[in-house]
Amino acid sequence: MSDTIRTPFGEFWRRFKRQRVALVAGGLIVLVILAAIAAPLIAPYAPAEPDYNSILEGPSAAHFLGTDAYGRDVLSRIIWGAQVSLTVGFLSVALGLLVGVALGLVSGFLGGWVDSILMRLMDVLLAFPGIVLAIGVVAVLGPGIDNVIYAIAVFSVPVFARLVRGSALALKQSLYVQAARTIGVRAPALMLRHILPGCLPAVIVYASLRLGTSILTAASLSFIGLGARPPSPEWGAMLADGRSYLGVADHLTLFPGIAIFLVVLAFNLLGDGLRDALDQKLRT
Amino acid sequence: MAETVTQHPALTMPASAGADLLRVQGLSLAMPGADGPVTVVQELDLAVRAGETVALVGESGSGKSVTALAITRLLDDTGGRITAGRIDFTTRDGARLDLVALDDAAMRRLRGAEIGMVFQEPMTSLNPVMRVDEQIAEAIRLHRGMDDAAALAEAKRLLDRVRVADAPRQLQRFPFELSGGMRQRVMIALAISCRPRLLIADEPTTALDVTVQAQVLRLLRELQAEYGMGLLFITHDMGVVAEIADRVAVLQRGRCVEQNETAALFAAPSHAYTRMLLDAVPMLGALADEALPRSFAKDSLPQDTVTPGAAPVLEVRGIATRFPVRRGLRLRGRVHAVEQVSFAVRPGETLGLVGESGCGKSTTGRSIVRLELPDEGQVLLEGTDISRPSGADLARLHREIQVVFQDPYAALNPRLTLGYSIAEPIRTHGLAKGDAIEARVRSLLADVGLPAEFAQRYPHELSGGQRQRVCIARALASEPKLIIADEAVAALDVSIRAQVVNLLMDLQRRHRLAMLFISHDMAVVERVSHRVAVMYLGQIVEIGPRQAVMQTPQHAYTQRLLAAVPIPDPARRRALPPVAEGEVPSPMRRLEDAPIVAPLVRVGPDHFVARHSVGGLY
Repeated sequence: MSDTIRTPFGEFWRRFKRQRVALVAGGLIVLVILAAIAAPLIAPYAPAEPDYNSILEGPSAAHFLGTDAYGRDVLSRIIWGAQVSLTVGFLSVALGLLVGVALGLVSGFLGGWVDSILMRLMDVLLAFPGIVLAIGVVAVLGPGIDNVIYAIAVFSVPVFARLVRGSALALKQSLYVQAARTIGVRAPALMLRHILPGCLPAVIVYASLRLGTSILTAASLSFIGLGARPPSPEWGAMLADGRSYLGVADHLTLFPGIAIFLVVLAFNLLGDGLRDALDQKLRT
Repeated sequence: MAETVTQHPALTMPASAGADLLRVQGLSLAMPGADGPVTVVQELDLAVRAGETVALVGESGSGKSVTALAITRLLDDTGGRITAGRIDFTTRDGARLDLVALDDAAMRRLRGAEIGMVFQEPMTSLNPVMRVDEQIAEAIRLHRGMDDAAALAEAKRLLDRVRVADAPRQLQRFPFELSGGMRQRVMIALAISCRPRLLIADEPTTALDVTVQAQVLRLLRELQAEYGMGLLFITHDMGVVAEIADRVAVLQRGRCVEQNETAALFAAPSHAYTRMLLDAVPMLGALADEALPRSFAKDSLPQDTVTPGAAPVLEVRGIATRFPVRRGLRLRGRVHAVEQVSFAVRPGETLGLVGESGCGKSTTGRSIVRLELPDEGQVLLEGTDISRPSGADLARLHREIQVVFQDPYAALNPRLTLGYSIAEPIRTHGLAKGDAIEARVRSLLADVGLPAEFAQRYPHELSGGQRQRVCIARALASEPKLIIADEAVAALDVSIRAQVVNLLMDLQRRHRLAMLFISHDMAVVERVSHRVAVMYLGQIVEIGPRQAVMQTPQHAYTQRLLAAVPIPDPARRRALPPVAEGEVPSPMRRLEDAPIVAPLVRVGPDHFVARHSVGGLY
């Protein structure tokens, strides 16, 4: 036994430090977030400023990643676009997580008919392919980046709810929850203090994986014209614009594509690393 | 290599009668740890002769199981390594092999054929998707070269030999359909199927009930005599050692501290650790001449904490807890876990609730604190019926009655500091505010003999005994009148077990606590209980003062239970213990088949026994 107190977070960090790939992925995500925040400072050009003297130029010293059909700087648009993509990703996942975790916790803890009704509702939502559901929601609410957030949140809810319900069911039977019951701890405290923290590792891992999926879905919706409206530098919208110039100016699709790919991959790798560091079953 | 050793007669030595079958010399083992390899066994010397039983004894972490793994070389699969020493084994054809140097293929031929193994948990050692007969027949086919029909016939003969009742039918079953005792018999049948010269049994009876343990121990002794096997028996239980071993090796933290003939070791242990182990082992009958319980402490006084005639803290009247068994939507039957159980516990009194697994003793405890909801009966807390509790009743129940569970690790939330866990009952019931809470936590920690700094620590940083102390501190936090100790010391090593029992009894003395001590361990129950209740199939079959129940048991089941307890005294070893065969039947019954509840009749002062209409004395 060491003299320093080994907190659960300390234990997690000790294990997570060994996940080299996840650390690199996490580092990349931090860089992208910083770039998005600092976009006005570091982007070499304004994202929506046309320059008709340099249209569809390839990468050069003036424009590292080239320019598009209006002469806008692709690098600047990607940096500004990170703001849009990350915002959509984080907000939609946060919204889906909050609602899903709350529903799952209540469902798993209370059981009975509450559980049956909530879970059948989630089953209905899960029965739609995510992107189809999102298209449906956007079709109803109308296109626009706000509605994309709601749409993605809607199909994140059931997965979080199911995940948390499963953990809550298992933890409800655990001895320490039973022990807390015999002490007289009341239901809200049982749920929030004893059961919820036990569900969080799985939620954190899944949220990280989900962030990648959500960014990808937002890009897809923008690509088919249901998301960000022009001239927003959203990555999916940039891909859609660049599609017309495939073979003429490949960099218009290549670089936004790489940005999407890297960010989604980074979130997935981070999620895998978090799982390895948090998973109870892998602990000795 | 090993292959050549067996083929060159010049390198082999003839095995003379009485020579060592197994000789371990200077064996050191290392297992991977967080910061590199950790030495878990150091310079161990050990010898087993044919027909001899050597017990390897030690507390958890002493290295006894890894030693077994090293001898069978299964250690390689766990990431462990043999760092020094040799393991000489004399095979059937007289070759002497160093198992440390043997290659995998040669080792595989030895396992099963020459060295048989039986493990603690038979369920994990048997293939769950293979019928029992196929598993035994497979081993026979592989090692003895019989054809399918002959192998199956031999499998049946072996199951008869290990006294599996109704062998033809049991053979067709899957392991999960068998009881724990039956599984262990199958495991033994499997291990002896190839007539090994050495049988290694790693805690083979630890997971079994005491009456089944007695049956399995007797079986092992008989088989050993019949086949002339060497038996290396690994256990933590000194009672079992006295019952079965010819020689004993005591391990402490990977070192063998003492090795001797069993009788000599028990009579005159030379090492301090062996003495401590033997002292800590509760011996059934130690308090035969005393009416009151007494702790394990050196100069302990009789536990005179009960005021005669005091009103009971807890009274249980005819509670019944049944679990429905459904197939699909239809109710098929019920498990009658608790059936018409009544008893009372007075302030300062400990009622020992004993019985084997599945007898309903834990469910009784859980029904009192409403972790299970009883179907019938009343629970009275200081005279008030709390079977249909109001909110205030519930709060009182959860304040006045506290539970200490068997597994102290699982009972503490791993994400909360120990201080928070201990303070939780205080906060929940609003017993103190602000700084007073912290002061109370410190004094509770001191009460159970732990430093105040532990309040900031987390459960995973503590040892099992320390965690159980924390659980006890937590149970005391709401100043309860009654503590239900549900197998509270069963998971602890003997030395720690004695300390925790002493602590509980000390706390009883100081706080006049009443205790419901649920346990399968008769020797510990004898130490702590003022009165004892014996449960069988959900019913109390005998209840009375501890001395009366244990010294003059009246019910046939109580007698059987007491007779099966291994006594840690080789001088009192019975030639072959007279063991009743058969197992406890299942408490599950069909809907229309309600159990008959035998009425309790008085046979002595405060001593009652169930009177059955058929069979038995009462």
